[in-house]
Amino acid sequence: MSKRFFKSEKPIKGALAIFALLSLIFLAGILVTLLAQALPFLGEYPLGDFLTGESWRPTMEEPMFGMLPLLLSSLLVTAIALVIAIPLSLGTAIFLAEVAPPWLRETVKPIIELLAGIPSVVFGFIGMVMIAPFLKDLFDLPVGLTALNAGIILAFMAYPTMASLAEDAISSVPSDLREASLALGSNRWEMMSRAVLPAARNGIFQAILLGFGRIIGETMVVLMVAGGAAQMTINPLKPVRPITATIAAEQGEAVAGSLHLHSLFMLALLLFIITLAFNVLAEGIKQRNDLSFKRNKKGATL
Amino acid sequence: MLKRNARQLKEKVMFSLSGASMVVVVGFLGLIIAFLVSKGAEVINWEFLTEMPRQAMSEGGIYPAIIGTLLLALGAIIFAVPLGILAAIYLSEYAAEGRLKRWIRIGVNALAGVPSVVFGLFGLAIFVILFGFGASLLSGSLTLGLLILPLIIRSTEEALKTVPNSFREASLGLGATKWQTIRKVVLPTALPNILTGIILAVGRAAGETAPILFTATVFFMKRMPEGIMSKVMALPYHIYALMSEGIYPEKHTAIAYGTALVLLGLVSLINLTAIILRTRARKRKKW
Repeated sequence: MSKRFFKSEKPIKGALAIFALLSLIFLAGILVTLLAQALPFLGEYPLGDFLTGESWRPTMEEPMFGMLPLLLSSLLVTAIALVIAIPLSLGTAIFLAEVAPPWLRETVKPIIELLAGIPSVVFGFIGMVMIAPFLKDLFDLPVGLTALNAGIILAFMAYPTMASLAEDAISSVPSDLREASLALGSNRWEMMSRAVLPAARNGIFQAILLGFGRIIGETMVVLMVAGGAAQMTINPLKPVRPITATIAAEQGEAVAGSLHLHSLFMLALLLFIITLAFNVLAEGIKQRNDLSFKRNKKGATL
Repeated sequence: MLKRNARQLKEKVMFSLSGASMVVVVGFLGLIIAFLVSKGAEVINWEFLTEMPRQAMSEGGIYPAIIGTLLLALGAIIFAVPLGILAAIYLSEYAAEGRLKRWIRIGVNALAGVPSVVFGLFGLAIFVILFGFGASLLSGSLTLGLLILPLIIRSTEEALKTVPNSFREASLGLGATKWQTIRKVVLPTALPNILTGIILAVGRAAGETAPILFTATVFFMKRMPEGIMSKVMALPYHIYALMSEGIYPEKHTAIAYGTALVLLGLVSLINLTAIILRTRARKRKKW
């Protein structure tokens, strides 16, 4: 009986399915943990004040947990990073897919991969010792640790992911589309801008969304170079305090079981929801993209 | 005629700009590496790599941080590799296209997108406090393992997909069962690519800071870690701590340059190994 049991391979599939489901279980576990740790905060501090409060002063006698300056800081830094990273990564993707000879492509891709592997703390260190003095002299600032500094560094951190996804999207545009465009008399740039890029727009959009998720969740760089001041500003030359930096900086000083520590879990929950939403959105766009190409192919054979 | 020239000019300008964007990035990368090498090389010598820190971290070496980083990465791999490979086998070889598979894939991608600091807080609440492991090598390894799990699943699944279906059909045709086929044919064929993914994950685990900030690390240790329940020093945290403690700014910054160069060298070496392994596997491919 037992021999027959082992010969049957049904249990293998079931066991493997459990391992595959672990990712979902861990994801749910993270959500439940954040919720459980954030609930005590919600019990003591009004959610409305948390969401719309304009000052974050957790250690005052009358502590204030207004998350707006932190969210604004995160968004400011992310916007600066995207403004730099989108043209750089899109330009690289177009160059690698359309212009570069194969040998150059094969050389540049590993270099981009090495850039992707540089630890965030090393980037943060570079921001402190290299970019900060440079910005300080350039703009005549008291200190160089500002939103702009963090944005520059984060742009280079998000670049590898965005460039390689955008390149995938551009390369996967069917070649009949390129040929049709060239046959109509376009030169290669017109083919790229009017036929290929519009066809690849979903993939490119996905690259930007994932870049956004990567940047807004990055911790060490903003902790080390963003300056750390929780203020309501959209001036890139001012120090700011993004959500991730607040969690990392204050976790060490918050007393176990205190309202302050629970407020950090509340921030983490907020961050988790933002990044989850962007990732699921990016995934949805990718699946729609794949589907539309399949439809095209089917249409062509008919 | 004029219009045609304008069109050609536009093509030239746009493609040149696209090339320039790549030059900017490669130039920036070259600049930061040159900067770190020139400043870090002054500090790095044999004693720096093999000695314990002294005088509240203002002198001595970073040996325990190097060992701590290697131990944390090893622990993360021990936890994540078996889980990741088994999950990938299910996704690639067993799961039918459908709702379940789509949900699992969304879950894997969403887990990969969770910010590292959130992993850190999760590790703190679950491993450090709830399970009572304290801030330790074990808690840090588990937290990092969770972080690299989706990377291992995705890279292993990709590796399994590159095995041609004819291999599976030949094995099944000879009378092997599905599980035998996976073990004896599919996994060995995909092994170099699976290893590439694992090595890249090691590099990622070795460089992460935020997940171990709350779960494993200590700034200064006089002895080496004694077991899995012991706190550890780690290279990434060491850089951060040196730059934020500020008791001896001059001496600390110098050591931070050295530590950053060591970490960059270590992680780049790991990633380069993976890239070379992948290139060789591609060249050897005979099908």
